[in-house]
Amino acid sequence: MTPSPSGPAPRSLRVGVDVGGTHTDAVLMRGRRVLREIKTATTADVTSGVATALLAVLDAVPPERAASRVVVGTTHFTNAVLTGSGLARVAAVRVGLPASASLPPFCDWPEGLRETVRGPVFQVAGGHECDGRPIAPLDEAAVRDAGRRIRETGLREVAVSAVFSPLDGSGEARAAALLREVHPRARITESRHLGRIGLLGRENAALLNASLRPLAARVAAAFRDAAEAGGAGDAPLFIARNDGTTARVEDAERFPVLSLSSGPTNSMTGAAFLSGRSGARDAVVVDVGGTTTDLGFLRSGFPREAPREVEIGGVRTLFRMPDLLSLALGGGSLVSGDGARVGPASVGFRLPEEGLVFGGSVRTATDCGVAAGRAEIGDPRRVRDLPEALIRRFGKTVRERITEAVDRMKPDARPCPLLVVGGGAFLVPRHVEGVSEVVTVPHAGVANAVGAAIARVGGEVDRVFHGTDRAEAFRRAEAEARQRALAAGADPDRLETVEREDLPLAYLPGGARRVRVRVVGDSAEGLSPRFGAGSPPAGST
Amino acid sequence: MTGLAGVELGPSRIEDLAAGAWILGAGGGGNPYHSLLNLRAAMRDGFRPRVIPVDALGDNDMVAVVSTMGAPLVGEERLPDPAVAARPVEILAERLGRPFAAVMSLEIGGSNALQPFLVASRIGFPVVDADCMGRAFPEAQMTTFAIAGLRNYPFCLADIRDNVVIVERAASWKWQERLGRVAVTEVGSIAATAKAPRTGREIRNHAIHGSVTRALRIGAAIREARQQGADRVQAVLDAEGGLLLFTGKVRDIERRTTRGFLRGRAEIAGLGPDDGALLELHFQNEFAVAFRDGAPVGMTPEILCVVDSATGEALGTEVIAYGQRVRVIALDCPAALKTPVALESVGPRAFGFDLDFRPLFPESGP
Repeated sequence: MTPSPSGPAPRSLRVGVDVGGTHTDAVLMRGRRVLREIKTATTADVTSGVATALLAVLDAVPPERAASRVVVGTTHFTNAVLTGSGLARVAAVRVGLPASASLPPFCDWPEGLRETVRGPVFQVAGGHECDGRPIAPLDEAAVRDAGRRIRETGLREVAVSAVFSPLDGSGEARAAALLREVHPRARITESRHLGRIGLLGRENAALLNASLRPLAARVAAAFRDAAEAGGAGDAPLFIARNDGTTARVEDAERFPVLSLSSGPTNSMTGAAFLSGRSGARDAVVVDVGGTTTDLGFLRSGFPREAPREVEIGGVRTLFRMPDLLSLALGGGSLVSGDGARVGPASVGFRLPEEGLVFGGSVRTATDCGVAAGRAEIGDPRRVRDLPEALIRRFGKTVRERITEAVDRMKPDARPCPLLVVGGGAFLVPRHVEGVSEVVTVPHAGVANAVGAAIARVGGEVDRVFHGTDRAEAFRRAEAEARQRALAAGADPDRLETVEREDLPLAYLPGGARRVRVRVVGDSAEGLSPRFGAGSPPAGST
Repeated sequence: MTGLAGVELGPSRIEDLAAGAWILGAGGGGNPYHSLLNLRAAMRDGFRPRVIPVDALGDNDMVAVVSTMGAPLVGEERLPDPAVAARPVEILAERLGRPFAAVMSLEIGGSNALQPFLVASRIGFPVVDADCMGRAFPEAQMTTFAIAGLRNYPFCLADIRDNVVIVERAASWKWQERLGRVAVTEVGSIAATAKAPRTGREIRNHAIHGSVTRALRIGAAIREARQQGADRVQAVLDAEGGLLLFTGKVRDIERRTTRGFLRGRAEIAGLGPDDGALLELHFQNEFAVAFRDGAPVGMTPEILCVVDSATGEALGTEVIAYGQRVRVIALDCPAALKTPVALESVGPRAFGFDLDFRPLFPESGP
């Protein structure tokens, strides 16, 4: 393809779509500019709403300047887990006997979700030790037998886990291959592709993933149809992930849990972009809504990952989810008579009827903010009579809570920027201790869609290394992470390492250390990632 | 064997035990979550855990002293299993030619507090209301039995594959620890153990009495405070006569692994009543010594805990991180750990600090 003489390279147009519970937003971007933005209603069939949004942003874009890619972020998967609807029943095969026998797959699931998802459960001999030796030889006959029995039940969704598979994935991979042999229609999720060390949390992530795959296939088909109907059928289609990177749609079909929390992530990265401070790379992002305030931390432009288990619908999981902190504080929060307590109760979406400034009778954070002169909303005369002591105390309460929450999200004491988005943004003080500058983000309404449009391609390695020094462990992890980023469609000339950390492991022999490295890049243009090599997700070995 | 009935613990008491044990872990000892899952399952299947006081033991009753030995990280993949926990006890009973009357924990701090209950769920023993650390410590010679110079053998270790190692004799508790470590590493850095069996008389004279009750008491205080929306940390302090040492936020954290231990220090900048002060908290698996503006204000063997001010959750030395709002509290340890002889094994010098032990709780004895 030749660049058009009058403009930038034809493949520089990007479309980001955010499918939320009520709204579907889309943006068209070229380079760093938002050319168009559109907000439409989410439709029950999803396809028509997305197609409408795509048609609107791509309207009158000449065909030779087709979008170089379309990235969609969606809340489908989160909603499915939270409501339990749309989840498939899953067969579990764990490789690791005689280890961990007494705590089988699903053992720590909440009852309701377990009843919905738990299918037949098998534990077979195999797996590895922390130093890489096998625990026991893989019991191939037992795996085949499990596969045949799963096939007889008619189930297709299968999750396979193995003890220490993040260290040595061969047992898990072999078990999956054997299952495919006897049950060719099985769709198999392998735990090491998702999570890190921590058997139950990683296995739970795999079980949830398997349970979401039929829905993911339907959603992906809907997005493909929508792209076609919306005039973007030729552009490579990507799905946004929890970690701020993208997956080709066919990979997202296989790993829906990795897109489970892309909403908050896209909100953060989109806000950073719209603030014009995305060059700052490290920032705390605070999103003040009606009932809650959500905070996250962007490290090198990507959301920091939660260091520990994250509960999803009551299931303890251990995989790449953004580290989020939620405060019961928002524009609709109720304020006590002395101003010392703000929230957790909130009028929520009824603020425009119940708030004082709107003629209602409930004293909310918005009313106090207006009385303090921080915001111009509704009728300020209606809050003239609020006592000054209350307003002062309110200001102090909110400042303390936000300051503390911001500090909790920072990785260290150094000052960093604070990016503020959301309808209640005025609640955040202009000066916050430990913050270099407070930046209020303009028109954050489509921040999620922007976050999707700008998401990059990444590769991550999280492994325990034995018997190598620190530098060598980093070197090997980095080389592997680069390979993964390239396989996911990254441009080899524009890769950068955005995360490098290690943790020495107590007690383990041979100077063991856990090393995490993440490499990201922009997607290679011209080479449509659709036709690239298969992309192993992070964590695979 | 005497007829040992004991007090039955219901499901909510087992949850209390886990919560209290996590506090007594002083930042180490391993999170009891997986052991708790095992016990919940066993209790659903009809297991009724029983606890007996030390006084219920006859002088010659034999008691098995159990623990899981190994790396906390390995315990995240190779999960605790009651059948494996019971194995060294079965083997030692065979070896001794006589049955055990009861089982007890090596350490009440962290996941090992639940180990005797895992064993009991398989064999039906009562659990003795005692341990020999009164908290969590990193090494086997840091016990009241070792301090008292009791016999350290036979020591039995079993893995998941039916490998069993018995240390027939060891020249000292330190040797027993060294030999044990080699075997543990070989079987995958985690194993179930039964230390040298103890008689009722030895337990009466040399164990720490009431350890299980103490963990239950702390857990109940946390549960009740949570139900009432009250301050959980204050509830623990009230229940235990503990001290609030410091309120602040974690400003810096440094970790390193040397000779198999997670060592390091956390710097906590004062807030509120401690504004302007700095607390430096050193750890070796567990929190060991606290310095306020350079002066020691709390030290091992007394129990130092770091609790998240927002959630009331105790923070382990592996997860403490920058920005956390924390309260550092001190709880008393058993008097038996504070004798001059005991301090050689568990006092600040045993952890490499050139300090004389200065107690926060001179009257001693929780």
